[in-house]
Amino acid sequence: MSAPVRWLREHLVLVLGLLVLAYTFVPIAVVVLMSFNEPASRNVYAFGSFTLDNWANPCADPSMCDALVRSVEIGALSTLVATVLGTLAAFALVRHDFAGRSATNLLVFLPMAAPEIVLGSSLLALFVATGFSGQLGFWTIFVAHVMFCLSFVVVAVRARLAGMDDHLEQAAMDLYATPAQTFWRVTFPLVFPGILGAALLSFSLSFDDFIITNLNAGTTTTFPMYVWGVAQRGVPMQVNVIGAVMFLVSVVVVVLGEVGNRRRVRART
Amino acid sequence: MTSTAGVAPLAETDVAPETPAETGRRRGRTGYLLLLPGLLWLALFFVVPFYSLVATSLYDPAGSDFRGYEMTWAFGNYVDALQEYWRPMLRSLWYGGLATLFCLVLGYVLAYAIAFKAGRWKNLMLVLVVAPFFTSFLVRTLSWKLILADDGWIVDGLQLLHVLGDDGRLLATPVAVVAGLTYNFLPFMVLPLYASLDKIDPRLVEASSDLYAHPAVGFFKVTWPLSLPGVVSGTLLTFIPASGDYINAELLGSPNQRMVGGVIQSLFTDANDYPAAAALSMVLMVLIVVMVLVYVRRAGTEELL
Repeated sequence: MSAPVRWLREHLVLVLGLLVLAYTFVPIAVVVLMSFNEPASRNVYAFGSFTLDNWANPCADPSMCDALVRSVEIGALSTLVATVLGTLAAFALVRHDFAGRSATNLLVFLPMAAPEIVLGSSLLALFVATGFSGQLGFWTIFVAHVMFCLSFVVVAVRARLAGMDDHLEQAAMDLYATPAQTFWRVTFPLVFPGILGAALLSFSLSFDDFIITNLNAGTTTTFPMYVWGVAQRGVPMQVNVIGAVMFLVSVVVVVLGEVGNRRRVRART
Repeated sequence: MTSTAGVAPLAETDVAPETPAETGRRRGRTGYLLLLPGLLWLALFFVVPFYSLVATSLYDPAGSDFRGYEMTWAFGNYVDALQEYWRPMLRSLWYGGLATLFCLVLGYVLAYAIAFKAGRWKNLMLVLVVAPFFTSFLVRTLSWKLILADDGWIVDGLQLLHVLGDDGRLLATPVAVVAGLTYNFLPFMVLPLYASLDKIDPRLVEASSDLYAHPAVGFFKVTWPLSLPGVVSGTLLTFIPASGDYINAELLGSPNQRMVGGVIQSLFTDANDYPAAAALSMVLMVLIVVMVLVYVRRAGTEELL
């Protein structure tokens, strides 16, 4: 057996795993490539020639940027509300004892398990039944997004809380810290990374949601709905710029988070 | 989701003087107060809508948004909807199932590589698993449209290898739809699989090889059974959203690959046939719940929550 073959045999699983990982990046590479594309004609998606125009002028289609801004607004607002409500609920579930906790756990789990089309259509059925079908728009989208983000926030914060060593809190109490001091100076800083992670997850879920939003949006357009709309008639290359920026931003956020984590770990040891 | 959901018991005595309960949790009203706003939101916008959906599915099919609907307990809505749309319904479950299977194979390899072979690159690889999925779902799916296009490299390559005929294509075929679904839902499979594989003590696998088990035997007798909780939650987390999805079918398929989600969507927004849409939505939900219950019982993993 030659050396490369032996190496491949030993590392076969790793190589296959890396191939799968590489495959998940193929469409990202295409998105980035296309963001520099000047197509030969409006309906041709093949790579025409290289250009920076799309990056220089991302709002060439103002309706795309309107939709983008709307998605950011809805995402920020529903993340804020879902994170506050979800964090409170997670504290209740981990730190407090009450009747009906397993029923509550189930209620929190179900929105994550139900198919989006069912969630979306049941909300629309409610809005129609209560006479809100004429007011579909920003606020109905907001209500829907808080609903499905809430569960993810509860699960993420609950995991962080449950995995937390409560000796530190006990030590604070032993040293005569009041419950409020213990909470704000010990508990909250320890849980905060979990809350931040939950908020980021919630924002990206809200920002990216199409199925539920589309059913409850009326004539309001979010970014995914805009992309859906132009998919039939020809996608402006600026959509790829937005896609590439989203990828870059998330990578930066993850890297910053990782660096922060490392620093915190080093500071503690 | 076994890892996050099972609340770790805090064995220490509670700091609060009132009730040192066994679990270390505090009793009293504060718990309810913290929970109330979130529960209220879920009750109003998740539980009540579900009731609305059931009611809507039984309304008089002759009603309209303009004239209003009457509750006539029209169970016939279900019969009518299924008679007309049983094909997209079955297709959804079939495509969802196929995509889940492919995700399981690809996801297991990736999760296994991360858990056992990545060494100090473990965290980086985990980050890379989710990184592509922070770019818009729709933008990524559209880019598959480009990759699988008739004059794209993949189709050209497959034609060169005579896997595809000269006029063969990938776009607008079931292959493209299932490939899109597999791609889009892969992280839902990888993360629970990883969580479960990472918990396995490598000494158990070593022990099996010390006892002269072939690596393959070691895998099937030790690693695979121990990773079953991850397999079960991963397949559920993939199957449920994949069979409810219609973005892939509409963007990468043709009208022949229509999935039931797309039918429900257009019945609601284009045809305004709310009773039929609600009935189909209910049927999809019930079918999924039944399949999940049967599957979970057969797989024997009860501690999913």
